[in-house]
Amino acid sequence: MVAQDAHAHSAPQGFIRKYIFSLDHKVIGLQYFFLALTAVFVGMFLSLLMRIHMIWPGVSLPLVGEIKPETYLSLLTMHGTIMVFFVLTTAPQGGFGNYVLPIQIGAPDMAFPVLNMLSFWTTFVGFVVIIAAFFVSGGAPLHGWTGYPPLSALQSAGPGEGLGADLWITSIAIFCVASLMGALNFITTTLDLRAKGMTMMRMPLTVWSWFITAILGLLAFGVLLSAGILLLMDRNLGTSFYVPLVVVNGQVLGHKGGSPLLWQHLFWFFGHPEVYIAILPGMGVASQVLSTLARKPIFGYKAMVYAMLGIGFLGFMVWGHHMFMSGMSPYSAFAFSILTMCIGVPSAIKTFNWLGTLYKGRIRFHTPMLYAIGFVSLFVSGGLSGPFLAQPVLDIQLHDTYFVVGHFHLIMGVAAIFGIFAATYYWFPKMFGRMMNETLGRIHFFITLAGTYAIFMPMHYLGMAGQTRRYSQFTEVAYQAKLIPLQTFITVAAIITISAQIIFVINLFWSMFKGPKASDNPWEATTLEWTTTTPPPHDNFGGVTPVVYHGPYEYGVPGAPRDFVMQNDPATVSAH
Amino acid sequence: MADATLQHDTVQHGVPGAYEAPLFGAYSKKVGMWLFLASDSLTFGALLFAFSYNRLYTIPWPTPFHAESIANATIMTACLLSSSLTMVMAVFAAQRGDRAWTRNWLLATMVFGTAFIVLHGMEWSKLIGEGLTIPGFPKPPSAATGELADISKNVPQFPATFFGLTAMHMLHVTIGVIYLGVVAFRKWFLPILGVLWIAGYLLIPADNVFHYGIHALLLGLIVGAVILYLKPKDYDAHDVEVSGLYWHFVDLVWMFIFPLVYLMSTKIQ
Repeated sequence: MVAQDAHAHSAPQGFIRKYIFSLDHKVIGLQYFFLALTAVFVGMFLSLLMRIHMIWPGVSLPLVGEIKPETYLSLLTMHGTIMVFFVLTTAPQGGFGNYVLPIQIGAPDMAFPVLNMLSFWTTFVGFVVIIAAFFVSGGAPLHGWTGYPPLSALQSAGPGEGLGADLWITSIAIFCVASLMGALNFITTTLDLRAKGMTMMRMPLTVWSWFITAILGLLAFGVLLSAGILLLMDRNLGTSFYVPLVVVNGQVLGHKGGSPLLWQHLFWFFGHPEVYIAILPGMGVASQVLSTLARKPIFGYKAMVYAMLGIGFLGFMVWGHHMFMSGMSPYSAFAFSILTMCIGVPSAIKTFNWLGTLYKGRIRFHTPMLYAIGFVSLFVSGGLSGPFLAQPVLDIQLHDTYFVVGHFHLIMGVAAIFGIFAATYYWFPKMFGRMMNETLGRIHFFITLAGTYAIFMPMHYLGMAGQTRRYSQFTEVAYQAKLIPLQTFITVAAIITISAQIIFVINLFWSMFKGPKASDNPWEATTLEWTTTTPPPHDNFGGVTPVVYHGPYEYGVPGAPRDFVMQNDPATVSAH
Repeated sequence: MADATLQHDTVQHGVPGAYEAPLFGAYSKKVGMWLFLASDSLTFGALLFAFSYNRLYTIPWPTPFHAESIANATIMTACLLSSSLTMVMAVFAAQRGDRAWTRNWLLATMVFGTAFIVLHGMEWSKLIGEGLTIPGFPKPPSAATGELADISKNVPQFPATFFGLTAMHMLHVTIGVIYLGVVAFRKWFLPILGVLWIAGYLLIPADNVFHYGIHALLLGLIVGAVILYLKPKDYDAHDVEVSGLYWHFVDLVWMFIFPLVYLMSTKIQ
């Protein structure tokens, strides 16, 4: 029995055990990455269809034909769900977390490799199930990614609310289970498998961010699982957890006495931490890249850790701010509002520290650095509209308008995506052994940054002017029609930005096979993943376990032979 | 045995002493189980929140349970509490390295767990027969009239929360019994499970909800087979302890459900 487990760490043979059902966290990380890459293109295609329909409502499109209002609702539901679950949760945590976290703490693999593999394949099944919702009769569901009942709880509520909605909920339930498996694996690995000398306060901030994200996922996804089970019961067993007495098409349905607010409480108890699940890994990557490429220690390491812990903790106490308009005691609204604005404090600490890290640094403007700076920029401009929405009085005007769409796309959508881009450009050399093209990377960055602001900044004005989200068509309404030019501008910007992503894909796949070979430590970084070979061997460190003597951000240390001190350099190198 | 298990755990993680001491001094499997339980308590917490939420705004909340139901639920509670005791004995035996008694105590735990499930299933069938039901359940013809049938019609939240909570818990107990069975008997438990599944499916009449519910055993059989295929190993004292953590958690959840769902819905004379 002992011998069997010892052999589990020797490299597996055969294509299937090596690349498909692999137990190696690096392979699983890449699998997550490519799953998210597929998902992000599906999600982006859906948003493109929505944008085109918005300004040319009558136009017949290839593949989908003319977009009817219910098709539009299906598009936005699937866009939101796929992006939030299968991109923003999957890529930073499942993808880069899986690949990098064990190496950065000096572990040969995750604590539970089998669970890790099951977690990926469960996510994969979830993705297949949600894509299947497009192809069943009635099509994809209409209820948005938040799935508010009664719309989501009644089979007869609309064309997509039959089998399509069942598949949607099933997919999310499967995703919950997969995320739980992943989260407990991440936490256990971080707690139990740190190399000698890698104390908690010597962990890179990326590890901290994945660790805290995993705690959030562990506590949040269980609640969503319960909420989903109750929703499935309402839909298929005729219970009335979420459904009051409803009349559809003049027919009284059998439901009675339930409350849609119950779903909103359960959903947002998950939903708000989910926002931080998406953004926290981005914060970790930004910290890592800013410090490495500004050649300075991160400004306020401990403050960064406590800020992330604070954000995670507060994130569980603010779900009510999504429900100001759903009927809530003004006193609760007041409490939720204050707590929400409290999140501004750790967020401001982080921003201040990022700027402090850059201040007087010897900045190397490689592509990952550009994306990390872009992340900070988006985090600030998307975050500033948060305190507006946190106030119940302002929320009455802004709720469910494009202001909200602009806000959350900037901060949790594109900022998190910028974190993913920074991570991709930063760790690509380690993952594939080759460098990405800098020129293409820069072109990609500047078009994407400008495009992002061109798309989402005007949405704030649309929202303040009273344009509601989720409406498929504004051309027929007189006062809304005046806003159409701005919508047209957004659509054009979206088409350009989406086209620019082709540059990224070309860069990614071209560099994977034809890029210049990468050295073991191309960024001259200090963390453990850069001490091993490129790409790392099966057990990460070729049979040795590294010993750590330094913190993760020892740049510009006086008296050191180089301007950086690797974490595993012997203790004699610096005074730190 | 104890030495062997210790060695097993460190070999799994590479060279002994190559790592920082784990937090709380716990081995990975135990940390993993605690984390799962943290997340599962949130899952149950959400269901209990749904129950409390419905109960608070549904006025009046029905309180139909007779002494008979309460007595039955008390026996079920006693079964679970006894099973916790035998589970502790199993963990002790495993730590002593006493394989025979580990197996015996695990078997005793499984028997108590199974008794709980069977009693609970009979209770469910009786209540459904008297009319306490949700629309999606198959129901015998007798379910149409009576006090409980009125409750189901007027306050659908009552049966919905009752069946939702207890079904989730019963599922956890079932998973627990299968889990302990796999730990105690490994692959030899799977055929037993298969026989129980087929027998249950054939013997339980089609108008009973457990005619369909028994398929949980098939699911357990498949998952158990996959896990035994991926980890074809002997289970050691650590595994027994970790399975014990799960079992005690399931008992603990019942200690919330029993007073909330049963005792607080006792018929007031």
